[in-house]
Amino acid sequence: MANYTENELAKDLENQEYKFGFVTDIETDKAPVGLSEDIIRLISSKKNEPEWMLSFRLNAFEVWKKMTEPEWAHVHYKKPDFQEITYYAAPKQTKKYESWDDVDPEMKETMTKLGISLEEQQRLSGVAVDFVMDSVSVATSFKEKLKELGIIFCSFSDAVQEYPELVKKYMGTVIPTTDNFYASLNSAVFTDGSFCYIPKGIRCPMELSTYFRINAGGTGQFERTLVIADEGSYVSYLEGCTAPQRDENQLHAAVVELIALENAEIKYSTVQNWYPGNKQGKGGVFNFVTKRGICERRAKISWTQVETGSAVTWKYPSCILKGDYSVGEFYSVAVTNNYQQADTGTKMIHLGKHTKSTIISKGISAGKSQNSYRGLVQIHKNAQQSRNFSQCDSLLMSDQCGAHTFPYIECKNPSAKIEHEATTSKIGEDQLFYCMQRGISEEKAISLIVNGYCKEVLNQLPMEFAVEAQKLLAISLEGSVG
Amino acid sequence: MIKIENLHASIDGKEILKGLNLEVNAGEVHAIMGPNGAGKSTLASILAGREEYEITEGSILFEGKDLLELSTEDRAREGLFLAFQYPVEIPGVSNINFLRTSLNEIKEYRGENPLSAKDFMKMVREKSTIVELDSKLANRSVNVGFSGGEKKRNEIFQMAMLDPKLAILDETDSGLDIDALRIVANGVNKLKTPQNACIVITHYQRLLDYIVPDFVHVLFDGKIVKTGTKELALILEEKGYDWIKESAAV
Repeated sequence: MANYTENELAKDLENQEYKFGFVTDIETDKAPVGLSEDIIRLISSKKNEPEWMLSFRLNAFEVWKKMTEPEWAHVHYKKPDFQEITYYAAPKQTKKYESWDDVDPEMKETMTKLGISLEEQQRLSGVAVDFVMDSVSVATSFKEKLKELGIIFCSFSDAVQEYPELVKKYMGTVIPTTDNFYASLNSAVFTDGSFCYIPKGIRCPMELSTYFRINAGGTGQFERTLVIADEGSYVSYLEGCTAPQRDENQLHAAVVELIALENAEIKYSTVQNWYPGNKQGKGGVFNFVTKRGICERRAKISWTQVETGSAVTWKYPSCILKGDYSVGEFYSVAVTNNYQQADTGTKMIHLGKHTKSTIISKGISAGKSQNSYRGLVQIHKNAQQSRNFSQCDSLLMSDQCGAHTFPYIECKNPSAKIEHEATTSKIGEDQLFYCMQRGISEEKAISLIVNGYCKEVLNQLPMEFAVEAQKLLAISLEGSVG
Repeated sequence: MIKIENLHASIDGKEILKGLNLEVNAGEVHAIMGPNGAGKSTLASILAGREEYEITEGSILFEGKDLLELSTEDRAREGLFLAFQYPVEIPGVSNINFLRTSLNEIKEYRGENPLSAKDFMKMVREKSTIVELDSKLANRSVNVGFSGGEKKRNEIFQMAMLDPKLAILDETDSGLDIDALRIVANGVNKLKTPQNACIVITHYQRLLDYIVPDFVHVLFDGKIVKTGTKELALILEEKGYDWIKESAAV
């Protein structure tokens, strides 16, 4: 974070509109609009899937048809018409790239605009990147190097073809197809995503990273990520998301499953910057995501998220602390501005003895936005000596926004220790004045104060992500004090 | 340096300053004393650019520029510094990061190059000795968990880093024990040059034992009612403000 220069930030501030709003002009291969068994069969056959995968999808579809969209979240929006969405859109060039040189130049340019030129990333930071545009995973770099260690990092589709036993064994074990409306929908229609397996005792030497992008109009993005960390292994996984500016609402319903076997550790970081809609609240992505991980004995899962985008966010990255002495962490910054709505938080399910969880949630609301934290801490009967610490802070930037906290605590073991702290504050006029009296402009002062407020969370992010996240916070809150 | 003429200011319709005149030249130290509610802190706030005050009449020239036309941050960039009576806490923002941002913003305004990290740190080490500030405090969040004395010393440390033309010390002595008071005052004295000036706002004479003023002004009911040399402070100490109130009423 020490490297971040104020000049860079100033430059970004000038470019304050949503800067990822471009559309890449690539021919796409789209399925017909709407959802039916035929569409699912089409997706499955396009992807040349084995029979078991198709039946997984069809089962999920049957379950989904009987479900209704959840309404308990503190968000209001026009429900998507699921027959108006295109469930499969792929950049038309269907053959897999042999090497990076074969990738469509337009696509490369998209990545450059996103600031993630693969070449640069490969050379400079040693980050392995999987890039998912619309529904199909485009390029996975560094595969060979990882392969030497036995690490598998590939698109979900490739995993289905090449590592069917692993996929079959773990897919749907943390988030069953019956879990919830959007997870079931995803299970039926998901088109791609990322797959990662770290073998026993291996510490993945680089950050694994996936960028998701919705490009085609009228499409939904339903990606699925499965990360398996075998016994004693470690992996840090990053995920970034952007979308073009469009007037319509686009649906993003992803599923992420993490499996941390005995003594394994998974660190999962997200910087979510889906298009939030314009200042009048038109357009923007509906981000309805199910993320959950399971920890075996002495395993640890750490979720870190910086959420600045999306018109509506509904997302609760959770940990099932099944094994004794396992650890779950959730660090979150959620920013809402204009008419954005976020209902986000976590669930920490303590099943094993001596399990420990930490929740640090920082909500920042500006404009006319609504920002809710919703969290569940559940201590089961056998979870002796379990501990939870939760801290939920809300920062208000205007008089018209809202911050809400919905903490749920269920404790069935008397030896457990649960702490919950919550604060709500308005960005201090005194703090701003103090900064400005030292020659710091108002915008920069806000960025300074907000970044300070979020520091505990930003510190959890890998360096290059932290810098990106700081800039995003500044841009998202541009001109928002009032 | 600064020339305040016939300044009238009010807040929520209540007039606080009622025709204040003050002129400070380079190389001078002016003390402003007065009872509670006389308008001392209001004057400091107005000079620094707090928005809640309404200026109804009068003018302020700072280095030939109309101060009232400048934004808060531009006043700071022009070289006006306020040492706060109650320094504000900014959680999660390190003192170093805060000061570096501040210094570079000021340099940018003046068309100068930003300091390299190395030069900046060197400067931090040098200047922190002026107020005997523990170098550990430099890495802590701005004023968070600082003692009263540390907060005030931090203000003077910032002043040393930013090297202002005009520094206004708003009751910098309040809440200080005698040792801290001496350290803070020595710091201010070390920073004094023929090119800069200082306005010291205080209740008590004791700060003026250490920071010796060229002029002492008594502010009462929104106006400067008496001006003298440092001996005036001693008389005030002895006779109290009632003496001034009586003579002002006449």
